[in-house]
Amino acid sequence: MSKEFNRNEIEDLLFLEADLLDDWKLKEWLDLYTKDASYYVPSTDLPKDAKADDSLFYIADDRLRMEERVTRLMKKTAHSEYPRSKTRHLVSNVRIRSIDTDNDEAEVSAAVVTFRTKGGNTDPYIGSNYYRICRENGVLKIREKLCRLDLDGLRPHGRVSIIL
Amino acid sequence: MKDQKEYVKIDRDRNTFHVSRSAFVESDVFDQEYEKVFDKCWLYLGHESEVKKKGDFVTRTVAKRNIILTRDTKGNLNALLNTCPHRGATVCRESSGNSKNFQCFYHGWVFGCDGKLKNQPGKESYDTEFNDDGSSDLASVPRFDVYAGFCFISFDPDIIPLPEYLAGAREYLDLIASHSESGMGVVDGSQEYAIRANWKLLVENSIDGYHAVTTHASYLDYLMNTNGGLTDVALEGKSHDLGNGHAVLEYSAPWGRPIAQWVPLFGEEGKKEMQEIYGRLVELHGEDIAHRIANKNRNLLIFPNLVINDIMAVTVRTFYPSEPGYMVVNGWALAPNQETEWARKYRLYNFLEFLGPGGFATPDDVEALESCQTGYRNFKLVEWNDISKGMGLESPSYDDELQMRVFWSQWNNYMKAES
Ligand code: FES
Ligand SMILES: [Fe+2]
Repeated sequence: MSKEFNRNEIEDLLFLEADLLDDWKLKEWLDLYTKDASYYVPSTDLPKDAKADDSLFYIADDRLRMEERVTRLMKKTAHSEYPRSKTRHLVSNVRIRSIDTDNDEAEVSAAVVTFRTKGGNTDPYIGSNYYRICRENGVLKIREKLCRLDLDGLRPHGRVSIIL
Repeated sequence: MKDQKEYVKIDRDRNTFHVSRSAFVESDVFDQEYEKVFDKCWLYLGHESEVKKKGDFVTRTVAKRNIILTRDTKGNLNALLNTCPHRGATVCRESSGNSKNFQCFYHGWVFGCDGKLKNQPGKESYDTEFNDDGSSDLASVPRFDVYAGFCFISFDPDIIPLPEYLAGAREYLDLIASHSESGMGVVDGSQEYAIRANWKLLVENSIDGYHAVTTHASYLDYLMNTNGGLTDVALEGKSHDLGNGHAVLEYSAPWGRPIAQWVPLFGEEGKKEMQEIYGRLVELHGEDIAHRIANKNRNLLIFPNLVINDIMAVTVRTFYPSEPGYMVVNGWALAPNQETEWARKYRLYNFLEFLGPGGFATPDDVEALESCQTGYRNFKLVEWNDISKGMGLESPSYDDELQMRVFWSQWNNYMKAES
């Protein structure tokens, strides 16, 4: 099984993602995702198996809305992020949790802290990211990302206007 | 009584309405608001759907008090103060659950879910008549009542009854409750966040029809881009003073509504579904009310700090200051208890597109409020906020500022009252 996916290349992908986000290269960030990708940030009081179809999340984007999120964030009229905040995505404890050989897909988790600094405040988004990562024409791509925050809500952050 | 400072300045000849920025920054205003406003009003505690079954409970903080909302074994609702009558420990430390009893972990007193003291370790050391007067039961909140599924409490034992307090807002709560014959319920998952701004800025913002075009320009662009996310319905409507500080704006808008304004983004399956929902509304309520429920948006403020917005989805939101420049916000989604999987999914999809701290709009509201609060650092040099828009008009539009004037006038009355 480790033939199909190894942790080094997955870490490379996640570290690249973190760099692209911190550099605000959001179009390039999107290229790391498959065409059927999704991106979730559940509300902090939900059980682990909650689904966005019938529970209230903070973010539940399909690919279309991920693209629109990026388009919006690149505009000067995305006031929360203009002037842009500074961010630092730290990714650690990367683990391959399981591999689905039929779909050529790996389930990966990582412990993350993302700091957002703007207007004299620095807010940490602490949590774990769960990824479904697959191989498309030999290249690793992310099919799903779910950011589970270890917080009692977005306090004091007030928003998830950056991409976690 | 010491000389009172004027926070609200109204000039009826010139049709101007001004609010002092000191009301957003001064710590004695903040202290007095708890005493004179929050402690004298009916406040939102929760929705009855959150405690459906016997034994269900949720814990909440309302105006700094810890409260447990329970449905007891007889099916009655109770609002209990979450502090042990013995020596004060927090009795229930979970945010929600189902339990017949609550046991205080400190010395082990046991209370029923109606708050009655059931047992104490070492009971034999107490007088046999120890709790005959009920003073060792969990204390109830002084006033508790429910309207259209919304549970309210008051810390003022002498407050007027809830229906009277709600005044013209009753009609709008009834409208929300009429979305579905299955009743309305809170969806799992709450959006808990904070804003580094005075709480009254969020009151204003939640019922502000004036800011959308500029603050939410990027959201409106998004609607335009997403292959026909918009209908050709115009943004237009009115705002209304509902009495007792409550206000509403009611207007049509081009975005999709889960009940029931179809937009191409909802797809053909959605079109059929929404026709059925609409048809049922007509059967139940007649064409006029059905049209109003389905095609009108409503931003409702119930004084002082309950917002129920029936827009891209239905959201319930309440918030309290923990200091003049910081508020804690709780938001929920309200939906018909029974709706199809498709409808629930699209409702939440539509909700998140605009609403909440990860949406395409709310973060920019948060930014606007925080930038106002930052601006108020100059409050001694630039003292007044202007909320005069539409003041001379007989029937102000949804994007005028009548709603804020209604709020501020009532806020001013409460703050001036002798306590
Ligand atoms: S404080 Fe609760 S039992 Fe003593
Ligand atoms: Fe807004």
